[in-house]
Amino acid sequence: MKAEKNVFATSLGIVGVGLVIGVLAPLLQKWGNPGNMGICVACFERDIAGSLGLHRAEVVQYLRPEILGFVLGAFIAALAFREFKPRSGSAPFARFLLGMCAMIGALVFLGCPWRAVLRLAGGDGNAIFGLAGLATGVGIGTIFFRSGFSLGRTSRQNYGLGLLMPFVVIGLLVLGLIYPQIPNEPKSGVLFYSVKGPGSQHAPLVVSIVVGLVVGFIAQRSRFCTMGALRDLILFRHWHLFSGFLALLAAAWVTNLVVGQFHPGFANQPVAHPKSFWNFSGMLVAGLAFALAGGCPGRQLFMSGEGDGDAAVFVFGMIVGAAFAHNFGLASSPAGIGPHGIAGVVIALATCLYIGFTNIKRVGA
Amino acid sequence: MTEKVDARGLSCPQPVLMTLAKMREMKTGELEVFVDNEVSKENVSRAAAHEGWEITEAHHEAEEYRLLLRRS
Repeated sequence: MKAEKNVFATSLGIVGVGLVIGVLAPLLQKWGNPGNMGICVACFERDIAGSLGLHRAEVVQYLRPEILGFVLGAFIAALAFREFKPRSGSAPFARFLLGMCAMIGALVFLGCPWRAVLRLAGGDGNAIFGLAGLATGVGIGTIFFRSGFSLGRTSRQNYGLGLLMPFVVIGLLVLGLIYPQIPNEPKSGVLFYSVKGPGSQHAPLVVSIVVGLVVGFIAQRSRFCTMGALRDLILFRHWHLFSGFLALLAAAWVTNLVVGQFHPGFANQPVAHPKSFWNFSGMLVAGLAFALAGGCPGRQLFMSGEGDGDAAVFVFGMIVGAAFAHNFGLASSPAGIGPHGIAGVVIALATCLYIGFTNIKRVGA
Repeated sequence: MTEKVDARGLSCPQPVLMTLAKMREMKTGELEVFVDNEVSKENVSRAAAHEGWEITEAHHEAEEYRLLLRRS
């Protein structure tokens, strides 16, 4: 056995990482990010889609530096600990579509699994329905895995291909530095910026990047994954990842209490709507898509930083999915679900089930 | 006889599912598991310990991990 031990992957390590993220996320909110949205991978990728003009929902356009930091932090950790491993080729188009479906579902609920936890920790009772939907979706995913579901093996790629995602992210970061936000201007060079709404609310650039890098680094080392937490608990009765998930919830709740961000209730919660059935259904679809693709949206970012090209495809599926969600009126808003949100949920669910049923093989085959 | 599980190129939860299925089929004996990433190695090791299997050897060569698990 090699002497090298990864402390982050121990029980104490995963709890520690959950605690750190649980403290940092509400603080990001205090430093400027939107309500109960210190970190939201789905919302932030949606904002990135907006900043690039892939959709033109004016209130959600910002090149969120946290997301870029997540990929680069994981990339640095993977390089430092010799885990950078370019790989790809496990049903990439199916993963792209799963990314789209995951984003459509998440935007019906208004948040990724991380934000579902942060919303609950901020007192938003609607998050309970989202989390129940997430657990149900992941539970359906585990039935597929038990039945022999697999998207197939990856194969090794050359080093240069593994560097593509980090390069793309550095490119986006450079774009953000060349065209920084101009106060009260909706556009700076090629990038769009929100002058009002959640997209206009953000922590200072440097703070967002540093937190993103730190979270990316520790999450890569610990394999922190909210979908994996539920999956391993349901499938194997393993509490390892789930203990990190609970630590995040507990730390975020305490931090919110300390900084005065805990407001219990169902009505008038920030960037949320009280349509329980659709909160549940949206996250059910997202949970199933994350399960079939093997990681929550945060984990997909970290894996893309490790050189996993299929995870990078999933990430871009989510970004394109966000564009469709806003262009086609699938995304919810605090006023309720979008005009075509129901159609979005139905089609996304059908797509996930199709991918699930058509990829059942015998395990080991 | 040593049984084998080849989970190279697969990611969680498949390496663990394949290992557990084989363990339940074997009940006791020696099982050799091949994975190609650190995460799968950690997950398989954790699951094996959970099931009462001893990890007697763990080799890491180039891009490949070989775990030898035993239960008597």
